[in-house]
Amino acid sequence: MMNPAQIKRIRLTTLISILLLLVVFVISVATGFASLSPAELFRTVIGQGTPRENLILFEFRLPRIFVAILAGMGLAVSGAILQSLTKNPLSDPGILGINAGAGLMVVVYIMFFTVESSSFLYVLPLFALAGGMATAAVIYIMSYIKGEGVEPTRLVLVGVGLAAALYGATLTLSTRLDMEDYAFMANWIAGRIWGDDWTFVLSLLPWILILIPITIFKSNALNTLNLHENVSIGVGVNVGRERIVLIMIAVALASASVAVSGGIGFVGLMAPHIARSLVGPRHQAFLPVAALIGGILLLTADTIGRVVLDPSGIPAGIIVTIIGAPYFMYLLAKK
Amino acid sequence: MFKKKTKLIKDNKVYSRPAVGLVILLFGFILLLGSMGLAISVGAAKINFPSVWNAVLNYDPSREADRIIMSLRLPRELGAAVVGAAFAVSGAIMQGMTRNPLADPGLLGLNAGASLALACVFAFNTDANYFTVMLISFIGAGIGAGMVFGLGSMSRGGLTPIRITLAGAAVSALLSSLGEGIALYFKLSQDLAFWTAGGVSGTNWTQLKLIVPVVIAGILIAVMFSRQLTILSFGEEVARGLGQRTLLTKVVLMTIVLILAGAAVSLVGAIAFVGLMVPHIVRFLVGTDYRWIIPCSAMFGSVLMVLADTFARTVNAPYETPVGAVVAMVGVPFFLYLARKGGRKLS
Repeated sequence: MMNPAQIKRIRLTTLISILLLLVVFVISVATGFASLSPAELFRTVIGQGTPRENLILFEFRLPRIFVAILAGMGLAVSGAILQSLTKNPLSDPGILGINAGAGLMVVVYIMFFTVESSSFLYVLPLFALAGGMATAAVIYIMSYIKGEGVEPTRLVLVGVGLAAALYGATLTLSTRLDMEDYAFMANWIAGRIWGDDWTFVLSLLPWILILIPITIFKSNALNTLNLHENVSIGVGVNVGRERIVLIMIAVALASASVAVSGGIGFVGLMAPHIARSLVGPRHQAFLPVAALIGGILLLTADTIGRVVLDPSGIPAGIIVTIIGAPYFMYLLAKK
Repeated sequence: MFKKKTKLIKDNKVYSRPAVGLVILLFGFILLLGSMGLAISVGAAKINFPSVWNAVLNYDPSREADRIIMSLRLPRELGAAVVGAAFAVSGAIMQGMTRNPLADPGLLGLNAGASLALACVFAFNTDANYFTVMLISFIGAGIGAGMVFGLGSMSRGGLTPIRITLAGAAVSALLSSLGEGIALYFKLSQDLAFWTAGGVSGTNWTQLKLIVPVVIAGILIAVMFSRQLTILSFGEEVARGLGQRTLLTKVVLMTIVLILAGAAVSLVGAIAFVGLMVPHIVRFLVGTDYRWIIPCSAMFGSVLMVLADTFARTVNAPYETPVGAVVAMVGVPFFLYLARKGGRKLS
C-alpha cells in the first residue's frame, strides 16, 4: 500500500521532529533569567551539577518545559481529531470555544477560592476541565438538528458565537475580582503557562499518555471518517459511536492541556496542518508528527515569551496567536 | 428606467411597511426619552422624574441633583444612545452590503482593530487629546475591516457568511493578541481591560461634542444612500445591471461604517452584537427597504444601549457590570439562532 520512499520520508520526518524538539529544549534551558549553558545542562542531567544548577533545572525549568511540551502535544492531537471529524481544516479547540468555557470556570474558581490558597490550586485544572467539557457538550447539542445531524459549518459558527458569550460572562464576573486575582485571570486567558511545578506535570501526563496512544490506535477509523459519511458506513465503521468517542477524546485532551497551560489557541490548528503537509493525510503517520510539532511550537512560543519581557514574560498564548492567526488567514484565503 | 427598477424591486420582493416604520420612529423616540429619563433617575442617588426634567430645562448648579444629572448621568445616557445608534446603523449597512446576516462590527474585526490602535495610543502617547484618540481608533477599525474583507475576497469562492465570520474571528484574535501584548509590555493591562469590556461610565461633554456630530452626520449620509443600499442588497450584478455605480456606493458606505464604528468604539470600547441584533429585529418589523431599516435601526439601537447600560449599572450595584457583557448575554442566543438557521438567508 505504501511505497518504501514514503515510509522512509515518514521515519525521517519523525526523527527530525524529535531532534528539533530536543534542540528547542536545550535552547529553552539555556535562555532566560536563570539560564544553564548546554555544558552545564549536560553536567546537571548526568547528576554532576552544583546545587544552584540542580535547582534551576529541576525546580524551575523542567516542569515548565514539560508542561509546555505536553500541552502542545495535547492541543495538536485534539486539533487534528477535530479537523478530521468536522472535515473542516480550520477547526481548533480555541476557535470552537473550548478555551472560553474553561476560562469561565477558572474565574468561577478564583471567585470562590482566590489564588493564594495554594493547596486548592491543584483543583483548578479539574474546574477548567469541567468547563471545557460542558462547553463542548453545549456546542454539540446546539448544532445538532434532527434529521440533519451535526453539520461541520454550523458547529464552527455555534462555537464562535458561544465563545463570545462565555467571554462576556467571564468579563462580567472578573470585574468583581480584586487586583491580584484579576491579574491571574487576565494572564490565564492570554495563555501564560502558569502550572510550573511537578504536580502540574503529573496531573497532565496521564491524559497525554493514555489519550494520544488511543487516538493513534484509532487512526483507521479517523482515516475513514475523514471521507464521506456514506463511505465510512460502507466500510463498516460505526460512525455515530466512533465520532462521539473521538470528540470526547479531543475535548478531554484540549481541556486538560488548557487547564494547566492557560487559554492557548492556534496550536491545535497549525500543528496538524504542518504535519499533514510533511507526511501526508494518513493518521497513523501524521498524528505522532503533529504531536511533536505541537510540543515544539508551544515550547518555542513560551521560550520567546519568556525572553522578550524578562522576568514576567509575554504569555505564550499571545506569541502563538501572533504566529497562528496569520497562518489561519492564509489557510482561509487558500481554501 | 424607474419603472424597470420598481418592477425588479417587486420581483425581489422588497417589501416595506412605512406605517410600521413611522410608528417605530415615533414610539422609539418616546421610548428613548422615557428610558433615558428612567436611566437618569435610578442609581446611587435616586432622583425623581420631575427634578430630572427640571434639571435639563433650567439647570441650577447650586442643587446637588442637578449637578449629578448634568455632569454624570446625562452625558452618560446620551453617550449610550449615540453609541447604540452608531453600532446598529453600521451593522445594518454591513449586513446589506455583504448580504451576510451575521455581519456585525464586533464580529468582523473592527472593534479589535480599534482596540489595538487604542492600546498603541495609551502605550506611546498618554496625553493624546480626545480627537486624536477618536481618529486613531477610526484608523484601527479601518485596518481591522480591511484585513477581514481583504481576506474574505482574496479567497476563492468569495465572501460567504461562514468564511467572513471565520476571518473575523481570526483577525480579531490576532489584533487583540497584539493589543494585549502591548498592554502587558507597557503595564497598562488593567486600564485597557475595563475599557475593552465596554463602558460609557466616563463619558463627558467634551467627548460628546466631538462624537455626536460625527455620528449624526454618518447616519444622515447613510439615510441618503439607503436607496442604493437596498438595491445593492440584491446582489452586485443586479445593482450594476440597474446602472448603479457600485464601487462608489460601496466606498461611501464602507467609510460610513468605519466612521460610525470607530467613533463608537473610541467612546465605549468593543461592544459586539448590537450591530447584529438590531437590524434583524428591525427588518422583521419594517421589511427589507433600507430607507426604513436605517433610521429605525438607529432608534432601536439607542434604546437598546440605554437600557443595557442602565441594567449594567444597577443589576450589581455598587459595581459596574461591563455593558458589553450585558449585550453579549442577549446577543449570543440571537447569534446562535441565526447560525442554526444556517446563516444563509438574509430576510
